[in-house]
Amino acid sequence: MDSAAAAPHFVHPPTTTGLDNRKVAIWAFIGSECMLFASLISTYLIYKGRSVTGPFPHEACNPPQCAVALKPILNIPVTSASTFVLLMSSLFMVLALEAVENKGKAGYEGIRGSSKFWLMATAILGATFLGFQAFEFTSFVHEGLTIRTNLFGSSFFTLTGFHGAHVTVGVLWLLTLFAIDMRRGLGPKDALIVDICALYWHFVDVVWIAIFTLVYLIK
Amino acid sequence: MADHSHQTDHAEPTGADHASMGEVHEHPTWKQYKWVALILTLVTVIEVWAYYIPSFVASKLFVPILLFMSAGKFVIVVMFYMHLKYDHKLFRALFTGPLIIASLTLIALLFLFGHLHIG
Repeated sequence: MDSAAAAPHFVHPPTTTGLDNRKVAIWAFIGSECMLFASLISTYLIYKGRSVTGPFPHEACNPPQCAVALKPILNIPVTSASTFVLLMSSLFMVLALEAVENKGKAGYEGIRGSSKFWLMATAILGATFLGFQAFEFTSFVHEGLTIRTNLFGSSFFTLTGFHGAHVTVGVLWLLTLFAIDMRRGLGPKDALIVDICALYWHFVDVVWIAIFTLVYLIK
Repeated sequence: MADHSHQTDHAEPTGADHASMGEVHEHPTWKQYKWVALILTLVTVIEVWAYYIPSFVASKLFVPILLFMSAGKFVIVVMFYMHLKYDHKLFRALFTGPLIIASLTLIALLFLFGHLHIG
């Protein structure tokens, strides 16, 4: 006898809260990440202005404090461009989610409904941001600032390095979604997995909004 | 051979199910998303512009205004792009609870290490 056929077709509700556990988990994870980045930002702010030797973020360092004259090290125009890139990537991410949720619906033909395009565009912008960060780190090292140079270098590279690592994970996640989309297509039934990735990506963006102001703009 | 399919028959929620589960009531429209992006860009431009005005940087208003603009951008992204404005209140609690703890800890540490003063 086929027991499956005999048993009542009992379908569990997805969860007791009525909310998908995966989405609850990503919000809990984001909450914990808030505390991680707050600790890193706190460390940066506590050590701000306490370096005994240059280079300094916003001030020049002249002899005898430094062996040679050093100009302020932060490059605001470059970082402003990378901030704009990350903000635009967040826009592309919501458009990717919208394309997945509304796939096949009227008004979502062409590029507007192309989740592949928006996912790849978001990943490219994320990779561009990482390129800006690699450029910044390289130029800092060439100008004499490493993670071991002074308190500013240690806290700056730790904070922005952790953020860059998060962006890297986000780019890999986006490329994975893109590969799934290429292989079998993403549709409304996949909206949640794209939404979870989108939440992570936007969180990375809001962390950068805080870092940009607190580290780069406030002297 | 026993068939345990009835014990493991968890239905995979579809996009429509998620909407009915109270997770996402509604999303901003394509037009709203573009307006949000424009506002975020404009605020960023104003922040950077302010950075290059020495008299403003020297004033007492510089830091509070910059923090206010940054907080505004933070809230806009969380409310509209992360859909927290439209989502279930449990998600709001999961995010704002740790965020408040983190912010208070940050402020307490700044007081403790003498970066902030009362009076």
